Amino acid sequence: MADDDTRHESPSQTAGPYVHIGCLPNWSGIAGVYAEDPGSRLINADTRGERVSVTGRIFDGDEAPVLDAVIELWQADAGGLYPSPVETRGVADPNFGGWGRVASAFDSGEFRIDTIRPGRVPYPDGRLQAPHINCWIVARGINVGLQTRIYFADESDANAEDPVLASIEPRARVDTLLAQPDAEGAFRFDIHLQGERETVFFDI
Amino acid sequence: MSSEQSRGYLPRDRAWHPPALAPDYKSSRLRSPRQPLLVLPTTLSEESGPVFGHDIIGPRDDDLIHNYAADGHSALGPRILVHGHLRDQSGRAVPNALIEVWQANAAGRYRHPNETYIAPLDPNFGGCGRCLTDADGYYRFLSIQPAPYPWPNGPNSWRPAHIHFSLFGEAFAQRLITQMYFEGDPLIPLCPIVNAIPREDAVDTLIARLDMDAALPMDMLAWRFDLTLRGRAQTYFENRPEGL
Ligand SMILES: [Fe+2]
Repeated sequence: MADDDTRHESPSQTAGPYVHIGCLPNWSGIAGVYAEDPGSRLINADTRGERVSVTGRIFDGDEAPVLDAVIELWQADAGGLYPSPVETRGVADPNFGGWGRVASAFDSGEFRIDTIRPGRVPYPDGRLQAPHINCWIVARGINVGLQTRIYFADESDANAEDPVLASIEPRARVDTLLAQPDAEGAFRFDIHLQGERETVFFDI
Repeated sequence: MSSEQSRGYLPRDRAWHPPALAPDYKSSRLRSPRQPLLVLPTTLSEESGPVFGHDIIGPRDDDLIHNYAADGHSALGPRILVHGHLRDQSGRAVPNALIEVWQANAAGRYRHPNETYIAPLDPNFGGCGRCLTDADGYYRFLSIQPAPYPWPNGPNSWRPAHIHFSLFGEAFAQRLITQMYFEGDPLIPLCPIVNAIPREDAVDTLIARLDMDAALPMDMLAWRFDLTLRGRAQTYFENRPEGL
């Protein structure tokens, strides 16, 4: 292609405070345009795997909960396969789409993800990654969507050999990516945009 | 893993994108990470991504003039057609990609619970729409021209007229949200969100051009807006040592 500007990605701009209109219109009160909000159901009754929920909040540099964020999720199925054309190792669970979208509640900032525990997928060199959910966070004040991952604190053996977690320094920051067991099948995962407990964000 | 199987993506050019902290855009001050991002090569988790079929797209999803309007009515405002090409950094068309858009109405007001601007809602305008790119990477939707609006940033901050775009490529690594501006809008150079982008030539790529060849005579004007997603780093990955 001769066109010079194809060499640059389109620059990112903030999703702004009204991202819900375009991404979760029913949730934000715009009924009747889309039958359902995209990404609002990760699983159905026939999805294979252990049901897990992850709830949490996103906090700003003043430790105030962010009330207007949208988080997108992308994860493998229970067998560690992605429902994607680039998946060459097998066919993913037809009852699992792998992609979800949740919003911080306008009043409390709480988000809730209902999904299945993902299986392990390989790193480029063939080592296995620990079960994880890729997250992409957008909101007012976030100029480029933030990439992070949810790992599960009860997967200590897998987490210990995960190449992505292994690359985190200082080691204490690994904890910022671990969802902590709360009740049976329920995990807690808070995200800190700034400060002492700033979550590890990736350029990946 | 062999190099043929690698679908690694180019790293984002962070000097081209706005930095996390752009102090003149006040909301970024408390919402910007202060630790450096952890730079890693993409893995299968980022190189794969959701696929959206035509089955999710309703017949009026790409027509914001009508998709919220009562039967026989349409949204108020100048009717516009927005179209363009979606490609990756190597110039390859991105087909079947989901594009979601949202915008204020012709008075500059959003249909949203947190919206406080005094301008009126249009009962026939919702403000959301979506479409898929075709086999050659082209997209098109119909809408009304959004108006500029004031916002609580500085003492007298106004957003230029804009349409928000959410773009999916083939990989989660390509996920992008941006905004489209309109050629000739004098508010563009005054906007702290626009000016968070460090380079003027980068800003220029977000400004849609009036496209008289695509306008529908006696019906609507057209704006051309091309978009570029992250591309694959084949050469880089073929040369990289095992296990890097
Ligand atoms: Fe806006």
